[in-house]
Order: sequence, then C-alpha cells, then structure tokens
Amino acid sequence: MNAPVLMAEAGRRLGADHPESPLAIAGLTVAYGGKPVVVSVDLVTPPGAMLAVIGPNGAGKSTLLKAALGIVPRVSGEVTAFGQPLREARRRIAYVPQRASVDWEFPATVLDVVMMGLYREIGLLRFAGKRHRERAAECLRRVGMQDFADRQIGQLSGGQQQRVFLARALAQGAGLYVMDEPFAGVDAATERAIVEVLKDLNRAGRTILCVHHDLSTVKDYFTHVLIMNVRRIADGPVAAAFTPENLQAAYGGRLAPAQIGGIAAE
Amino acid sequence: MTDSFVQLSLTPILIGVLASCACALPGNFLVLRRQSLMGDAISHVAFPGIVAAFLLTGTLAAWPMLIGAAGAAIVAVGLIELIRRLGNIDPGAAMGVVFTTMFAAGVLLLEQTGARNVHLDVEHALYGNLESLIWLKGTSWAALTDPEALAALPPQLGRLALVLLAVAAFTAAFWKELLIGTFDPTFAASVGARPGLVSAGLVVTVAVAAVAAFDAVGSIIVIAMFICPAASARMMTDRMGPQIGWSLVFAALAAVMGFVLAAYGPLWLGGRHSLSAAGMIAAVSGAILAGAALCGPRRKGTRAAA
Amino acid sequence: MDGFLSALLLQAGYNTALVTVGSALLGASAGAIGGFVLLRKRSLVSDAISHATLPGLALAFIAMAALGGDGRWLPGLMIGAALSAALGLLALDWLASRTRLPEDAAIGAVLSVFFGAGVVLMTVIQTLPMGRQAGIAGYLLGSTAGMLRSEAEIIALTSALVGLAIFVLRRPFTLVCFDPEYALVRGVNIRAADLAMMALLLAVTVIGLKVAGLVLIVALTIIPPVAARFWTDRPGAMVVIAAALGAAAAWLGAVLSSLARGLPTGALIVLIAFALFLASLLLSPRRGLVAKALQRHRFRGLVQERQGLLALARGAPIYDGATLRRLKARGHVGAEGATTPKGRAAAEAAMRDEARWSLYRRLHPDESVSTPGGLRPLAEILPADIIGELDSRLAVRGVQP
Repeated sequence: MNAPVLMAEAGRRLGADHPESPLAIAGLTVAYGGKPVVVSVDLVTPPGAMLAVIGPNGAGKSTLLKAALGIVPRVSGEVTAFGQPLREARRRIAYVPQRASVDWEFPATVLDVVMMGLYREIGLLRFAGKRHRERAAECLRRVGMQDFADRQIGQLSGGQQQRVFLARALAQGAGLYVMDEPFAGVDAATERAIVEVLKDLNRAGRTILCVHHDLSTVKDYFTHVLIMNVRRIADGPVAAAFTPENLQAAYGGRLAPAQIGGIAAE
Repeated sequence: MTDSFVQLSLTPILIGVLASCACALPGNFLVLRRQSLMGDAISHVAFPGIVAAFLLTGTLAAWPMLIGAAGAAIVAVGLIELIRRLGNIDPGAAMGVVFTTMFAAGVLLLEQTGARNVHLDVEHALYGNLESLIWLKGTSWAALTDPEALAALPPQLGRLALVLLAVAAFTAAFWKELLIGTFDPTFAASVGARPGLVSAGLVVTVAVAAVAAFDAVGSIIVIAMFICPAASARMMTDRMGPQIGWSLVFAALAAVMGFVLAAYGPLWLGGRHSLSAAGMIAAVSGAILAGAALCGPRRKGTRAAA
Repeated sequence: MDGFLSALLLQAGYNTALVTVGSALLGASAGAIGGFVLLRKRSLVSDAISHATLPGLALAFIAMAALGGDGRWLPGLMIGAALSAALGLLALDWLASRTRLPEDAAIGAVLSVFFGAGVVLMTVIQTLPMGRQAGIAGYLLGSTAGMLRSEAEIIALTSALVGLAIFVLRRPFTLVCFDPEYALVRGVNIRAADLAMMALLLAVTVIGLKVAGLVLIVALTIIPPVAARFWTDRPGAMVVIAAALGAAAAWLGAVLSSLARGLPTGALIVLIAFALFLASLLLSPRRGLVAKALQRHRFRGLVQERQGLLALARGAPIYDGATLRRLKARGHVGAEGATTPKGRAAAEAAMRDEARWSLYRRLHPDESVSTPGGLRPLAEILPADIIGELDSRLAVRGVQP
C-alpha cells in the first residue's frame, strides 16, 4: 500500500478498458428496501470462459446477474458487454431465468416457448414463419427434446422444462449465456445432458455464466469461478480461486473444513 | 314480435356481444398474468372519472366521459403501482386502497355537486342499462338498409365496434410481446421485449374496453366480462390460440343468452316485466364458468396429470 | 363547528351517539380482522364477500315481504346477506382449490357473477307489487341517516362480539399468518383458523353493509391495515393499530355524515381512512416516503464514497460519474482529477477498514453475514476492543494497517 495513491485519469470507460470481455462489471451495488444485497462487485469475464458464480444462500448471486443485465435496478455500478453498453449488446446475450420463476400452467407448447428465443430475429409487428419454426425445432433436437415439441409445457418434468429453457437460449444464437441455477431440481441425466450442451457451446467459443450451487461439480464443469457473499471474495481460473480459504471466507461455518478440503482446488 | 325485436332487442344484443368480446380479449391476458383484479379496480374507478369529467365539462357527452374514465384508470394504475412499491404491499391490498378511495371520492363529488339530478347516478353506474340502448327508428328488418334509420342507431354501437377493432388490433400487433411478457417477464426484459411497456399497453386497453362497455353494463358487471369467458376458456384448452377462440365464443354466448333470458324469460313465465339484462349476462357467464369448471377437459390443469 | 364538536363528543342525541359508537366498533373490528387477512395476503377476498351479499339481501327482502312482513327488517337482511356471501366464499374456495384457476380470477368471477345475479333479483323486486327496492338501495353505498335505534344497537352489539372473537383467536391467527408450517407443528389447525378468519371477515362485512355499503365496506378491512403496516413490523401491534385507525375513521365519518344531508357515510369513512393512510405513507419514520428517500440518498452516498475511496487506494480507474462527483464534493479529489491529501488519508483509512473487515469476516463468518459491514467506518459497527484485536492480528500477519 505504499504505492502512490493517485487518481487514475478520470472519465475512463469500462468498455474501452475491456473491449473483449463478454460481461464486465465494475462497482455493482444493489439494495432491496435499503438493505444491501450486492455490494461493490467487480468482475471481468474472460472471453470463452465457463464461469460459475458461487456463494451461500442469500449471497446475491442471482441478483448480481439480474442487475448486470438490467432486470433489477442497481444503486451504482457500470456494466458493459463485449465492450458496449448493455442496450447495444443485448442481442448477443441469452439469459435463462430460474425454472421456478414462471407459471408452467401457461397455455403454450414446448415449441411456442423455444420460439420466444427468436423474438429479436422475427422483429416487431411480424409473425413467425416456417424458417423460424425449423430453427426452433433444430434447437429442441440439440437438447434432445424434439419428441416433445407439441406438448404443453406443464406436462414436462423439471429436467425437461430446464432443457426447454436451454433450447430457447440456443435459439437466440448468443455469444454470452447467462444462466440462473440451470441444475436446480433436475435429475442426473438432465444435468449431464445440459452440461454436454454447455460444453459444446463453450468449445464453439461462447462464454457461459452460471449461478451454481453444487460445489462438488465446480471443478468438472467450469473453467472460472466467482466466489461471493454480498461482496466479491475471489474470482479467476478455478485452479487459482477455488481454494479452501476463499470458500471458508464465503461460506463461513456453514461448510465443514473437511468438506471444503475435499472439493476445493489444491 | 319480429318488428319489435329489431327495435328493442337487436341493438342491445349487438352492443352486449361487442362489449363482451372487447373485454374478453384482454381478459385472457389479465387472467394469465394474475391481474384479474386489475379489471376490477379499473372498472370501479371509471365512475369517479365520469363524475369528474361531467363536473369539468358540464355535459354528458360521450367523449369527455370516455376520456375522464380512461384518465381515472391510468391514475388508479399508477397509484396502485406506487403504493405497492413504496409500501412493499401486496398488490391486491394496494388495489383495494386505491379503487375504494377513488370510488368514494366519486360518490361524494356526485352528492355534493348536484350532478345527481342530471341522469348521473350511482345505481346506473353500478348496473348499467343495456335495455335502454334501443333503436327507435328500426321499425322493421328493412331498416337495416335505410340510411336514415341507420343514422339513428345508438352511438354506443359504433363506438363499441371501433373499440373491439382497436383491442383486436392491439392484441394481434403485439401478440409476441404479450405472450413473452406474460409467460416470462424476466426473460422478456432480457431480450428487450419491453414487458413494462407491454403491461402498460394492456392496462390502457383494459381501461378503454371497460369504459366503452361501462355505458351498457355498468362498472361491476364488466368485471364478469373480463374474467368469466377467459377463465372458462382456461378449462378447455392448453393452447393460447384456441383459448382466445373459446373465450370469444363464451363471451358472445353469455351476451346473447343473457339478454334473451332477461328480456323474454319473464314473459315466458307469465310475468310482464323484463329483468336487468346486464345482470343476467353476468349470471349466464357465471353459469358457463361453473359448467366449464365442472366438465372442461383441462379444468385441473397439470396438477392432476403430474 | 359546534354541531361537529357535540357530535364528535357524542352530545348530539342518543341516536346519533349510538350510531357513532356502533360505527367505531365496526371500524375497529374491520381493521383488526383486515390486519390478519392482509398478512395472509387475501385482502381482496373481502371484495368478493361484500359483492356476494347482494343476491342474499334481495332474496331475503323478497322472502320477508312475501311472508307479509317488512322487507327491510335488518336482522333478516343480514342473515340473507351472510348466507349468500358464505355461498360465494364456498364457490371461491372451490374454484381456487379444485380447478387450475388462480385465486384472483376466482375472486373476480365470484364478485361479478354474484353481483350480477343480485342486480337481476333487484329488478325482480321492482316488478313486485309489494314494494320498491328503496329499502335496500341504501345497502349499496351505506347510510346511517335515519337509522333506527334498534338497527344501531344491533350493529354496535354484533361488532363488539366480532371484536371479542378476534381478541380470543388472536394467537392462532398470528401463528397462521406468520408461519403456517410452524403453526401446524404447534398444533394449530390451519384450515380451522383460516375458516374462522373468513367467517369473521364475512361477519364484519355483513354488519358493515348498512353503514358503509357493499361497494365500500371492503375499504374498511383493507385501508386501515395497510396504513398500520407502515408503523410496525410486528403482527400484534399492526392489528391493534389497524383497529385504532379503523375506529377513528368510522367515528369521524359517522359524525361528519350526521351533520348535513347528502354526505354518504361510507364514502366519508373511506376518504378519512385514506387520509390516515396517506399520512402514514408519507410520514412513518420506518417505511414512510420521506424517511425512505432520505435513507436511499444516504445509502447511495455511502456506497459511492466507499467504492470511490477504495478505487483511489488501489489506483483503479473510477468509471461511475456520480462517484467521481461525490469524491470531488467531499474534497477527496481535486478539480483536475488528482487525489488530495485528505482523499489519500481517507482512502488509506478505507483500505485499512477493508482489511479489518475481511479479517473479521474470516474470523466470525456467521456474525458478519448479518452485520452490514463494509460501507461505514468500521468503528461505527464494531466495538473498539475487537478492532484493536483485528489490528494486532493484521500486524502479526505482516499486513500494514
């Protein structure tokens, strides 16, 4: 801390500093009713990363991503995507909400939901054509749900619903996939299927951000990790950041030390 | 009988059907968005809006009334949203606070300013008066081709036809946005489908439909027109397109049967006076809902299937 | 003014006093039961109940008139209203639990359909030889003018009884509202408690029809509890405050409407209740608008200042314009964008606090989750001896404080 404390030149732009990063966040703070939920979090997602956001319940993981995408209002902070303001980069981002956030009784078929992913492509005041339906069917095939296209969405299992959400995100043809707990409440087969699709996307150069709960799979699934508990605790490649010390700092007494030793990177 | 049918029954039936359909269309989205009671709130505040418009303009002309009611609806929805957010209050309770207060203000204004004497009264606002919208010059079916008689059609008929057209145009033009914003508002926001703007548009549509129908059926029975056909349609299908179709069929059926039962039912039973047509339309749509809830193929949704 | 004062103080005759006291008792009961219903998030159920009374009112009128009695006899009308409201409640419950329909749609359907049926029956009354609907039109908007002494007595008595029942059942109600699962473990029969709550809501609604009218009675069970919500977070206190606000609104409303013709009681009560609500919304020190705006402003300032100081200390760029302005305003950053000596000291202090706080978080992970640390100077949050301990540990580790 003896380095000269000097103001870096004023008026610098986050996007100019990180033009390649699919999602760069600086000083993001969110409060609900005066209570801080996310405080001053910074994150520069490296292009091509598969990044897990982890932390205990109530750590503000989902809120961080929602605020970054402008879905919930923020108290302060800057966000850019691919070096651009969020508005201009929106079509390059696919967001997958938590499965529990929608009413599955809604009168729509599986194909109807996947078509929602083509919203930007179809455009304002236009209807979907044959070409769009074929695109949607192709996305269903990629998640192994082609046989369910005409089912009402409420008749699917939780895992199948999650795959439909993933197919909808695929339909968006985005460069960045932001997913809120894609593995919550799904069966093991679905989890494997979703991971395979995500890894394929990642190999094809897409960046993936997931709110993730299961610490035991972090090393297998992800290349990078952001550990947070209201504030940022650590981020970086899994090997460097996913350490027992950082996990202890995030989860405190809620994780037994032996547990942490077993799962964390050495 | 046929002559008096054209004169006394044709226009109320048509107006009932138009009003019913104009309300049922946005009603589908209200029911799916868990905003059914927004229809309740908006139709209650139409009354103070009309009283205020009368006090400001001094006339009972149609346009000031419509604008007053629509303005009141927008004020009410804004207040509800404000109270809900600021007080962190359950949306139902916020609605209850706003619409009762505005209704009370309307009642007090009416009583205090003597507007009561000029054909503005609370009972009328609550019940509507569909059977008064008759076509005096429609003395026979031939009147349908007589320009002079056509010019004397009740103005509500043309107005409601226009409103139905506008409501249908809004629904068709923003079909994708309505669908995405209703099913998954978070996702809608993330793809820039403007769920906030769409729900504001829906509120305005509901307000316009409520106000146009208000004249004919009053502010409480209009709620049945918003909710019952759409709720009945929910029991019939799991697809959005067919649901809209069912709701329009139920809406038209309730309007026709309701009017016929109210106007001719007592005569068939040997009575001499007709009954409230608006009330009967609500009762019939309730009967349709009960039927759909008892035997509709999708009445239990996926709860039973799972 | 004299008239107002004497009416307010119950000096304007026995009848007026009785009506005033009865209305206030009704307002208290409605506010109290409404408080529980609000906590259970079912406020608008009362809207369905009140509209569903209309067919019962009309049928009771027809039945009593047909039997040769007076169609306007209050207890008879109240029984009819209660029966049809109970039927509406059953229909509502059935639609919401046995079909896929959500509760709000069920409420809307029941209230409008029952009201429509009631309107039809009202036109039946008009056609009957024995009487016009004049007798029950007053139930739409409520009117205490010309109320019979016996009617006022019935309203006061039944309201007091309902209030007593709410008092007796307050514990199970509170448990059910606060945490239904815990209530179940504690042996509270949730279904029975909910049923009792709805029955009392129904009773209040039926009693209040004559005073406030069926369109506006719902306000008495919603507005006072919502206003009370601004003053406390404790369910018990909230219900008491709601009862007090309801009583005050009803008392004042009844007094004002007794002073002049053309002042409908229901509308006055609702508007007074709303005024109380508005005052709560603006002025409550906990959740009021004024308090919240100040709080938000302060919070934003704290966040910006702390974030900015940390950025200064780390030599990191500041992207947020508002943060930069704040730092300039505080004199941490000079006009040309360089850190001032004051800013340097403050940044170092912020950095020191940051190190202390992150150590504290490691040492006491569970306490730190519930403590809003990391924004204010740590000295405001932690006792001096803990800070001293943190500093000595930091020194041992070789981190410069």
